[in-house]
Amino acid sequence: MNEFLLIFRSDFKSAAVQPSPEQLQHIMKEWQNWIGSIAAQNKLVNSGNRLSTEGKVVKPGEVVTNGPYVEMKEVIGGYTIIRADSMEEAAEISKSCPILTVGGNVEVRTIIPMTP
Amino acid sequence: MHEKELLPHLFRTEYRKIIAVLVRHYGFEHFSIAEDITSDTFLIAAETWGLKGLPENPVAWLYTVAKNKSRDLLRRNAVFREKLKPALKAESQELPETDIDLSEKNINDSQLQMMFALSDPILPIESQVALTLRILCGFGIEEIADAFLTNKETINKRLSRGKEKLRSAGTKIILPASGEINQRIDAVLTSLYLLFNEGYYSSSGNNVLRKDLCLEAMRLTGLLTENEVTDKPRVDALLALMCYHASRFDARTDESGEIIPYEKQNIELWNEELISTGHFYLNKASRGKELSRYHLEAGIAYWHTIKNDSTEKWENILQLYNQLLCVVYSPVSALNRTYALSKIRGKQAAITEAEKLGLTKNHFYHVLLGYLYEGTDAGKAKAHLNQALLLANTETEKNGIRKQLDKI
Repeated sequence: MNEFLLIFRSDFKSAAVQPSPEQLQHIMKEWQNWIGSIAAQNKLVNSGNRLSTEGKVVKPGEVVTNGPYVEMKEVIGGYTIIRADSMEEAAEISKSCPILTVGGNVEVRTIIPMTP
Repeated sequence: MHEKELLPHLFRTEYRKIIAVLVRHYGFEHFSIAEDITSDTFLIAAETWGLKGLPENPVAWLYTVAKNKSRDLLRRNAVFREKLKPALKAESQELPETDIDLSEKNINDSQLQMMFALSDPILPIESQVALTLRILCGFGIEEIADAFLTNKETINKRLSRGKEKLRSAGTKIILPASGEINQRIDAVLTSLYLLFNEGYYSSSGNNVLRKDLCLEAMRLTGLLTENEVTDKPRVDALLALMCYHASRFDARTDESGEIIPYEKQNIELWNEELISTGHFYLNKASRGKELSRYHLEAGIAYWHTIKNDSTEKWENILQLYNQLLCVVYSPVSALNRTYALSKIRGKQAAITEAEKLGLTKNHFYHVLLGYLYEGTDAGKAKAHLNQALLLANTETEKNGIRKQLDKI
């Protein structure tokens, strides 16, 4: 069993197109059901966190820019860590991630444990 | 109460108080002294009361005998120390020289401290539960053996190994420092929850005994809620959970001791009083921000006290199982989550989810799939139930599965 980091990306939504409270509740349920389904298979390592859209990017030469993104597209919105037998299985699990229904995507990466 | 019933009754209620006080007084290193004094006390009571009739206040009488016995012991010990010890040069452990204190406060304190001592992580969990039953609940060896579906020798071994471990580790019978309570209390709660489950789910045919185990677990959890140092929200949540489960105790078995499934229970037999006690403790558990596994499980149990099916009910149960599984995985929760899902999304969607669970060696998995395939694919339903029949451990379980098979 390996551990995989799932990185959720989606387009940045301006305040004007933010979902309504009802839509939000629906989205939340979808996420909880998806995470719950992974946990029910005993494959959840860490349910992870969501990330705020605020951020800064620090570059060499004391260059600090606002926003974690170059473009408004494909901002990292959160992450989760799961365990799976293979990359294929991890990708299979990611296929039912609710982010796909709103035009986002999941990046699946194998975690290489740090040896002390 | 008649004399003949009184002594067993007092044995049940007073043995555990005297033994807890004595073990705490003398420490785990003198465990056998505490046990001897306690059994002697009840032996003398049986003899004396049989000859002379009942004393005016039997409880006080028992306490006086226990006190005197322990004084006699000290006197003998003093003689031993003065006359024999110099000759033997043995550095035997000193005994405390104060009188034993059988006040209500000290009984409660001793029991509370004992709960923490017996949840010492050096003890395997089955020893924790066995010792809890012996010292904190005053159960006989035979009853403990019956509850665990094993024999007296096994329980005796389990108890003496447990005592030896506590002795050699020098486990102190004290409340942990308030800073440590939060961390240590989880072990106590695990042990109490196990004790409760032993009663609730055990396949022991002795229904009275099983109920007793549940009530004892609730009594001890109640002790924790009554002390402000140990009254944490998760303790209240565990007690709420126990109350909700226990409320169905009379409804969940028939005369022959067979389990009646939740959907078929006679709601008239649900204990309303326990349900409202559950509400009380669940409310109390909701203070602050703590959200433990017991909060989530109590939440699930709360929704089960509402008999009528509704999307709201099952939607809430599903979300609570989602959260619970993120906190702590267990096959039972995974299966129950899938059942809740079938109530909202239908059986077909639940089959897809169930087949991902990888629990093919678990008979409940096959029972669930048997239920989910019922009505759409009788062949698969039967195959799963037959598989469940092969994997089931007890006759009670097998009978339940056979009934489900007959329906198809």
